[in-house]
This record gives sequence, structure tokens and C-alpha cells, in this order.
Amino acid sequence: MSPGPQNHSCCSGYTRSQLLRSAAAEAGKGLPAIEPGMPEPAGTGLSRRKFLSRSAGLALAVYGASKIPLSAFETGIAQAAPTDKILISIFFDGGIDSLNVLAPVNDARYQQLRPNLKLAPGAGTAFSEDPSLQWHPAAAALATLHGEGKVSAFPAIGYDHPDQSHFTSRHYYEIGELQVGHRTGWLGRYLDAVGDNENPLQGLSLDGSLSPMIATAEKPVAAIDSVDGYDLWSRVDNPIQSEMFRSFANLGALPADSPAMSQVRRAASQTDKLRQDLDGVGDFSSPVAYPDNRFAHKLAGLAAYIAFGLPMRVVTIRAPGGYDTHADQAGDLEDNLRETCEGILAFQRDLEARGLADRVMIEMWSEFGRRPEENGSLGTDHGAAGCAFVIGSQAKGQMVGEFPGLTKLDPQNNLQATSDFRGMYCSLLEQWLGFDAEAIIPGASGFARPVLVKP
Amino acid sequence: MAIPQEKPVAARPKQSRRKRPRAWKDKHFRWVPDGQGDWKIEGYFFRHKHKPKKGHSRGPGPKPARQAAAAPTAAPPPAAPSGPAPIPDVRPPSAYQGSFGTAQAVRLLERAGFGPVPGQAEQFASLGLIGAVQSLTRPSGPAQLHGPAPRDDDGNPLAPSDAWGHDHLWWLDRMIRTNQPLVERMALILHDWFATSNGNVSKTQQMIDQSNLFRSRCFGSFLDLFKAVTVDPAMLQWLNGNENRKGSPNENYGREMMELFSLGADRDAYTEDDIREAARALTGWRSDWSSELGAHNFRFELKRHDTGNKTVFGQTGAWGWEDACRLCVEHPLHPSFFVEKLWSYFVPAPPSDEVRDELIATYVGSGRQIRPVLESILISPELFEGPPMVKPPVVQLASMLRALGRPIDTEAWIYICDAAGQQLFWPPNVSGWDDTRWLDTSTMRARWLMVTYALEEIAPDTWNEAYSTTETPEEAVAKAIASWGSPALRDEHRAELLALAARSENLIVASWQKGPYRAMRQNALLQLIGVSPDLILQ
Repeated sequence: MSPGPQNHSCCSGYTRSQLLRSAAAEAGKGLPAIEPGMPEPAGTGLSRRKFLSRSAGLALAVYGASKIPLSAFETGIAQAAPTDKILISIFFDGGIDSLNVLAPVNDARYQQLRPNLKLAPGAGTAFSEDPSLQWHPAAAALATLHGEGKVSAFPAIGYDHPDQSHFTSRHYYEIGELQVGHRTGWLGRYLDAVGDNENPLQGLSLDGSLSPMIATAEKPVAAIDSVDGYDLWSRVDNPIQSEMFRSFANLGALPADSPAMSQVRRAASQTDKLRQDLDGVGDFSSPVAYPDNRFAHKLAGLAAYIAFGLPMRVVTIRAPGGYDTHADQAGDLEDNLRETCEGILAFQRDLEARGLADRVMIEMWSEFGRRPEENGSLGTDHGAAGCAFVIGSQAKGQMVGEFPGLTKLDPQNNLQATSDFRGMYCSLLEQWLGFDAEAIIPGASGFARPVLVKP
Repeated sequence: MAIPQEKPVAARPKQSRRKRPRAWKDKHFRWVPDGQGDWKIEGYFFRHKHKPKKGHSRGPGPKPARQAAAAPTAAPPPAAPSGPAPIPDVRPPSAYQGSFGTAQAVRLLERAGFGPVPGQAEQFASLGLIGAVQSLTRPSGPAQLHGPAPRDDDGNPLAPSDAWGHDHLWWLDRMIRTNQPLVERMALILHDWFATSNGNVSKTQQMIDQSNLFRSRCFGSFLDLFKAVTVDPAMLQWLNGNENRKGSPNENYGREMMELFSLGADRDAYTEDDIREAARALTGWRSDWSSELGAHNFRFELKRHDTGNKTVFGQTGAWGWEDACRLCVEHPLHPSFFVEKLWSYFVPAPPSDEVRDELIATYVGSGRQIRPVLESILISPELFEGPPMVKPPVVQLASMLRALGRPIDTEAWIYICDAAGQQLFWPPNVSGWDDTRWLDTSTMRARWLMVTYALEEIAPDTWNEAYSTTETPEEAVAKAIASWGSPALRDEHRAELLALAARSENLIVASWQKGPYRAMRQNALLQLIGVSPDLILQ
């Protein structure tokens, strides 16, 4: 397959699309207006405005009417104790070439298999935990964080009998099990276990559509297309507007007699809840400079949301670009990897500046690595073991599983895994989220738990 | 007709979030073909960009000359089968046996097209089930487009590849105006089946050409279609077929042709070795590149083709690209993949083993033709008696615009459909759109916006137009439903709309609120109907 539209940063059309998107975001921004006489939220002793602006200097404003029910938002805020841990999943869509992210540059076999796509020795920073490996120059920002002890690298993660279909392998990673056809994600099951019935922000996808990873059976979760605001524009003003939204929510709460009907009801109901939760949250500022791109902007918004106290537990984002580099790999990989790593570094610095870094852990993954031998199109075909990273101030910062080398490949001539992604999931659940992995990951007892979090 | 003038538009704080500047709408008149070669006067709302002078010309001007054969203006029903005698509604035993009334006609038009225009469902029902289905599956001659041609926000005509996103508008327009709706729906299905994205294709026209390939081959032999797609320039670029050469094969197409196009993953239909061998069979296609033309001059070159023996699915030969397609289509697990995949686009739950086996027999018995299977699915009891499906975003939009009688007149549909999860010619990846995940908080918000924009021409302007000060809740609901082309609403939805209308009326306390609040109530009702399951589901 080929990458999706995001990676097509070369053509003017894409730029135009982004402009249109941001125009839509602008169009969706609410006009702040505080009504005189607005009641104080129950239990807080603070007016909404004071409460919200105190938390992070964010100008959270609420539209017009005093009739918008405050319950969902207030419940969520109250639940989000400031010490709650957040797990952020960043996905390299398409199967990133791990042999170029952490490249075995001095390996003669590597130079032989990659006549055109090998990295030159000395081009990037050496990987201190395994001198045979070298960071891609575009991953310099990640190398910096690794140097600070904030990155645990998995140089060859995967599973037995690797599947080379994007969709099958990605599905395994999403559900945390080597099965097909399951409907809940591994983080969705976690949310079903610990989540709240009224808080869709607990599982949040920032890509405009919900990641299957946080698909739940019961609990509400959310997706937003832009961190710059979420509202439902109509030609209806208050007081009729609140009645309209009340009916919208009522339609969402009616019983459903088919799966499709249930989908519409659920979406309507969650949309209305999110509309209330995020009303006016779109304006934020960052204490550090971010690169000027959409991915970095999302992370900047996310940091502000965390600072603001929005009750999130798990968040998913796709890394910019596509990584299914069957042809002309070098340039695409470099641009996309750089954008990703620099965005993450800025995000980490932002969290550190805000004093929030100990609450956040990033897990970065891809559905597989790529074939060690390059193909004839200056690209690489689907492989098996790939790379993953766990990033954060509380990350242990220690490599998990050694790099297996290229002399002994699997029967398909692909890299062999030295760690299992389900072991990584178990450790994140138990060490970071403090939840028993046995209840989430089938067969959890069979997986070794790498130490991923600082003691 | 007054010509709109370019002048700065006064800001209007109340609605400053509107994407489009405010407009002064008034009634104008124009000549339109009456369908019998003559012209008749039609009233329509014209949107002035600035306040028109009193007494400005509102049409219709002098009557044009008679035409020999004029096309009707509104999108007509699909062409009825030619010949005077209606097709007798004799159904095979396995077909749906219930009555074929308006409700069933609506469902058929929604699943096999883009919904009815007002009045079309009744006419369609009169054809009987078999006649109605055959009018869709056996169109004669080239498709005709009826009604106003697509335009951008400034009223300029648009071509599919003259600007970013116009390809999307161009196709949406065909969905709205065609007299062969199933051809467009099948093209959409095949665009999802063989999902190709402009993201890795150098020219939009190559995407348009591919969609025309889908249109022309959507009812015929699957193998012919498969072969044509395999060497289609857009596909050759998208899955690197043009870079797959002897000695260093590129597996991209070899894998997806099995996994996604003909056999399916996780069914033990093929091995990794089969993929690698098929990739060798597919070697030899190439193209040239120039910055002006992008990839062009697609051709097969024998010297780039691996002429050696390959073993695919246990069969050994000096296979080429046509053999690779044929071996997939002749694979024992292909017919079941084909019928189940085609079925899934029309019916939400998988077919029973019995139904599936019957479809397989139909497919294989017809020499692996698409139309016979399609016709069996379209007359199946599961389609008419089974549960509803979520409309893909473009299907909902096309259906709404048909119901509202609105042509393509804005580029807003590009980013709104994108936000709703479906920009045509830009599927998310080679597996196409995920029909089980159309709705979440982000895409639902986009559908809400889609409705807001769709209503632009008919929504009462609360503060600039007089609105009834006496309209009752019942009248308000009836008016809103009629504005949407009188779709069937569930009782509980209608009850909620009535409750909303009554609650809104209770909020009127001052006399100045009587009209404006009723106008807003009307807008609220129109909006909620648009985002109700009645319009989102098919």
C-alpha cells in the first residue's frame, strides 16, 4: 500500500487542504460570551470563568446560555486529580523502516543489503547503548532525549509468526492480541475498566477519527480534528439553541434496535457531551516554541489541555506522513521522521516547563519494520520486527531487547524480534497506569515485563 | 438578472462565524426547458452579494427559441426500461417477496444510488421490484446529467482537475445529477475496493480516468475489470507497479491484489511465497517522468519482465501480469471473497451460508460476471427486511442535495467531506474507507456542519427576513420535513421534534420574539432532521 494523504507534503494541493482545514477550524471557533448572572458551578465555589482561567491561563469561555448542563464537564474536571497519569500513543502509519531510524551502519551485511538506502557512518549520533547502531540524523531530537535518559528504545520489537499485512499486523498492535476481528482496542479495554460513564475525553484521538486502539465496549471516548476548538455551528441562537441541543442529546439517548442505529445514537450523544466539554477551549499559548507544522501544533494543544486539567487518560496521534516507503524512501522518511521527533522534543520541553512531565508517557510504535534488503525502487518492502520507543521524564531510558543483527534473519529474510509488543503493553499498564495487565492483555502472564518506568 | 457586484460585505456580528458572507436573497425568474422542447418560467432565489436596488430586474428576460428536444430540469428517475411494456414483477423464490412500495423504493434508491428526488420513490415503486432493479442494473446508453452544472463559490463553472478538490465536486455532481445512479454507486464501491489515492498519483486526470474505468466496467466480468485496474496508470503509480522490474521486484501490488482485491487476508488463501512469485509475474510495467506531465507513457517492456517460471498457488508457469490476475480470480477462495465483499456494500450483516453459496453459484455460473450477483443482492430479502446501514458521508451529502434540489455551488463540500472522513480520490489507504467506523465525535461534527451548509439556501434568515408570527409547533415540524423532501421519520424522532417545537414556543415572551424565535425554531428543526438517524442511515 501507499501512505495516506498526510505524507503528501510536496504538492500545493496538500497545502491548500491544510488551509481549508484551518479555515474550518476558524469557522468553528466560538465567540466568547459570558452571560450576566451565570450560576456558579455546583460544588466548586468558583464561577466557571474563574475556575477555568485559574487553571492554566486559558481563556475558556462558555456560550450564552446558563441552561447548558454543566454536569459532564464538572464531573470530568473533578475526577482528574492532577496526579493522574496520561499515556500518549504515537503511530508511525505504514511500517517505519527501523533499520534507518537506528541503523547498524558498521555492519557489512547492512551495507550489502542497502546499497542505496544505507546511512553513512558518522552521519548521525551514535546510539550509546549499542555502539553498532546510529540514530538517523533526522531523529536527532529523539537522540537528545535519549541522551537525557528519557527514551527506552526497542530496536527489534514484534511477535512470533509475524504477519506482513499492514491491516492484520496493525490490528494486532491495536487490540493487543494476535487475533483478527476484535472490536475493542487494548487501551479501550483499559478505559472500559477504569473509565467514567460521562467523560469522553478520557480516551482522545487527535486525528479526526477514532483510533481503534481506544475503541471501547461501553465507556465514551472522543476524537477531535483540531485542537483549536470544537463546536457545532448552526443558524440557531439562544435561547432556542439550548433547546435544539437538548433535543439532539435526547435523540442520542433513545434506544437503538440495530447496530447502525446504535452507532448514530452513540455518536450524537458523545458529540453533544464533547461540545459541552470543549466549548471555548480552543485558545491556548505555549511556554516553549514549537515547529510550525500541524503535528507540532496538535502536541502544543495537547500540552495545554493537560495543563488545563482536561480529564484525559489515553491520547492517540498519528505521526506526520506515511511510512510505507516502497519507493523513494530516503527523502520521505527523513522529512517525516524529523517532523515527528522535533515535535516530540518541543512537547517534552513544554511539559517540563509546565511541571507536568512526570505525568505523561509517550509510546511510539509502528505495525512492522521493513525488509532489510532494499527493493529496486529505492524503497523497502514489508518486513517483520521493527522499532518502538517509550518516551518521558519517568521513562527508564534503557534499551529493551538487543539488536539481533542482520546475519541471522527469519525465513522470510526479515529482522527477528527480540521483544514482544504485548510485553511492552503489560509493562505500560502495570508500571505506568497501575493496572493489572492480566485483565487487559490475553495471555499476559506469558510475557516478560521490561522495566519501562523509573523506580 | 442583476449581476452581483464585488463590494466589501458588511460584517454581521450575530453570525460572524458564517463561512460565506451574508447575502440578500430575493425571488428571481428564469426560463427553463419544459421537457417538451419549449420553455417555461421558473422562480428561484437569487443571492445578491450586496443589497439590491428596489425594482432591479428579476428576470426572466425574453423567451429563448424553441428547441428540438430539451432535457428535463430536475433529475429524473433512472431511465425506465425501454419499450412500452413494463417488466413483469416475477421474482425468483429466493427474492424478497413482500410488497414493493414507497418505503422499499426509497431503500433501494438509497443503497443502489443516492436516494430519491422528491416524487421519485413513488414513480420507482410503480415499476415493481424486478423492473426497478433492472432499471438500475441495465441502463442503456451513456449516462445523462440533468439540472444545473456544478459551479464554485463565485459561480464559475468547474472541471474535475482544474483546482484542488474539484475532482471531489465533479464526482459529487455526477452522483446528484445522473440518470444512472447505480453506475455512480458502483464506481464509488470500486473506488473503495481498489482504493487508490491521488496522494501517490501524479495527475488528478489519472484518478478521473480510473473512476471512468470503474464506471465502464462495473457490471461486466470481474477478471476484465481486475486486469484493467492492474495496469491502470493511477494504480501502477499507487502500488508501484511501474517500478516493479526483473531482478528487484516490488511486492506492493502483488500483496494487495491478493489481500484486498481478490482473496482476503487470514483465510489461508495464499502464502508470502505466493506474493513474492506474483510480484515477479507482474514485473515489466514502467512509465516515464517529467515535472510537467508527472508519470506518463505507461507501457510494458519485455526486457524488464521476469520471464522465468513462477509458482503461484501451486501452479507453475512463465506467468505474466494477466496470468497473475487470472490465477487470483480462478482461486477456489475467490468467489466467496467476491460475493461477500460485494454483499457487504449493500447489506450490513454477512449473508447466511445458504445465501452465500447461492451467490457463489450465480457468480461462477455466469462466468464471474458482476451484474448477476449484483441483481441477486438487490432483490434479496435481507436488503429490504434487514437492519439499516450508515451512509458514507458523500452518499449522505448527495442524498441531501438531491432531496433539497440544490446543485453543486460551493467548494465547502471538499473540506467538509474530508472532515467527515471521505474525500473522494483520497481514501485513507489501500484498504479503502472503514465502513464500520464512519461515526465518531469528529466525523459527526462534520456531518452536522454538512447539514448546516446544505440548508444554506432554504434556512430562514432570522434577523433579516420576516417569519410567521403564528406558526404552530405542528405546522413548524410539517414545514421542516417537507423542506427536506418529506423523508420518512421514525415516530419517536417526530415526537422529539414536536417537543422541541413546543418548548421553543414556550420561550416566546415578548412580542418582538414571535417571528425571530419561530424562524430559529424552524432552523433548529431543519438542522436536527439533517443529523437524525433518518437521514444518516440508509
